Amino acid sequence: MKKIVLMGNPNVGKSVVFSRLTGANVIASNYPGTTVDFSKGRMCLGKERHEIIDAPGTYSLEPSNKAEEVALEMFRQADLIINVVDATNLERNLYLTLQILERKKPVILALNMWDETRHTGITIDVKKLEYKIQIPVVPTVALSGEGIHDLIRRIDEARSAETIEPMNENERWIKIGEIIRNVQQVTHRHHTLWDWISEASIRPLTGLPLALIVIFAALWLVSFIGETLITYVFDPLFSLYTPIAMSISTWLGPGFLHDLLIGKLIDGQIDYIQSMGLLTTGIFVPFAMVLPYIIAFYSVLAVFEDSGYLPRLATLTDTLFHRIGMHGFGIIPVFLGLGCNVPGVLAARSLETKKQRFIAATLIAISVPCMAKNAMVFGILGPYGFNYIVLVFATLFIVFVSSGLILNRFIQGDSPEICLEIPPYRKPDTLTVLKKTWMRIRWFLQEAIPFLFLGVLLINVLYAIGFVEWLGSIFAPVIQGWFGLPKEATTALLIGFLRKDLAVGMLLPLGMSPLQLVIATTLLTIYFPCVGTFAVMFKELGIRDMIKATAFMAGTALVVGGGMRLILLGI
Amino acid sequence: MEKPITSLETGKTAVILRLEGGFLFRKKMGDLGIRERKTIRLVAIHPFHGPVVVEVDGREMTLGRRMAQHIITWDPE
Repeated sequence: MKKIVLMGNPNVGKSVVFSRLTGANVIASNYPGTTVDFSKGRMCLGKERHEIIDAPGTYSLEPSNKAEEVALEMFRQADLIINVVDATNLERNLYLTLQILERKKPVILALNMWDETRHTGITIDVKKLEYKIQIPVVPTVALSGEGIHDLIRRIDEARSAETIEPMNENERWIKIGEIIRNVQQVTHRHHTLWDWISEASIRPLTGLPLALIVIFAALWLVSFIGETLITYVFDPLFSLYTPIAMSISTWLGPGFLHDLLIGKLIDGQIDYIQSMGLLTTGIFVPFAMVLPYIIAFYSVLAVFEDSGYLPRLATLTDTLFHRIGMHGFGIIPVFLGLGCNVPGVLAARSLETKKQRFIAATLIAISVPCMAKNAMVFGILGPYGFNYIVLVFATLFIVFVSSGLILNRFIQGDSPEICLEIPPYRKPDTLTVLKKTWMRIRWFLQEAIPFLFLGVLLINVLYAIGFVEWLGSIFAPVIQGWFGLPKEATTALLIGFLRKDLAVGMLLPLGMSPLQLVIATTLLTIYFPCVGTFAVMFKELGIRDMIKATAFMAGTALVVGGGMRLILLGI
Repeated sequence: MEKPITSLETGKTAVILRLEGGFLFRKKMGDLGIRERKTIRLVAIHPFHGPVVVEVDGREMTLGRRMAQHIITWDPE
């Protein structure tokens, strides 16, 4: 069994080639740094099985960050390298290729994004390139699968270049210049509409209004898709299910099992949000309230990611993000955090320094509400009016910016400037978008459902043993006295540690005023992350920083909660 | 005239004379294709000391203002 490693610059499509070769599903996006770790898979060549590794993108074999160190380690272990290069940017990509060739490992070159060379006016003589670098060269379009069979067929031909000897940086660039002159021709092309849009979307005067339009359109699209799915798919499904649940209820009769499975009947009927049974609230919340918005959010996000708009948004937001201790690329973990905080915190890895990663993770945990919770906020505050929803998000935005300013000032360490390549706009491929959305939805279901069930179970047990009342009276001074909320809200905050969406639902039976609901739902985001986020933060930050982050969250929750009470309730 | 890329007019092209900085800075720029004698274009410059967008070899990239100020170009005008 051989170890085959995919290597190449960031954002040249290594992960797409990887999933083509192994059939494995990995997430790829049109911006650099999607793969911060590596993925492993297997492929068969003839009768032999090989291990295949997708290394993070690297510009050279002299690492200057964590991802590049991982890539170098992968290189050392490799028996064979598939060097994936961006055909539209051959000159720069060849630098890594030469470094690999100097180290005498068997290499095959995948000239990826071959289709894009045509409309960018680039012609590459593949045969001549093969001759020049003495290894097999295969044009590929990983997104569509073109050329992948040739790549697999020719893997056996991979070899090391005999006459390429170790050289220094300068000699390497001279050599590359010579190769490029021989194999590549660039014909001048006229600026297209896309070039114009590309520049307009990155310049401050045109880019910022455009960004606002794009973001509002995206939000509208998410809520439109979510609502449509609820009205036409999930509500009808549950109206079919209700008679079944009711007959289970009758069949069970009153007792603990009924409380657990069906929960409390309200006016003799099942109330899917308030009943709190495993077979009622336990399946209604994830499927009929949260899932539609998860589907909506992740499909819109996938289109965003694959179009190449996010690095432009990162550029436009850099001025703000730099002041809160990160740089524009921080928008990517934040965006992912809007879906679910867990991948958001994980994506913070792509930021360079410890300080930046700490700030990103803490801000996500403290002020970026996940889609599961948002869906519930829409569902519960929506009936009272859109302005209440705006109030929640405006508060969270203020918390995000002011916490960032504070953390930037007091956390030690560097926050380097942005240094980010802007990929060309690409038309997102429908199949890729659907596949990526599906992978994320499946992940949501696997992660969310067990915790939701656990939450519902825990609520029932805690009520039964009287723990809820006891806890409520302990926290009453803070919850009642400081936040101006009923003391029963304590339980919701407790359950919020397991699932925030479920916790929002628990606020409903407390008979709070809309403004109290605003305070409670806002606090539910700030006070503490859910258990999943807590676990990844612990893993990513370590115990000391986690304690710091936790203290900061508690402090912020107290300040914001007290402040909101003063402003909104006037008491 | 010799000037940092940040002093160029938006949309203008110039040739890179030198990169003023240490090994790491030069490597970071080199990774992105920003090297001596390359032609560079200033695509956008963001206000309030914001980032700078440049184009080299038909590729756009965003750089922090301080980094960009250390890219010295030759503007024939």
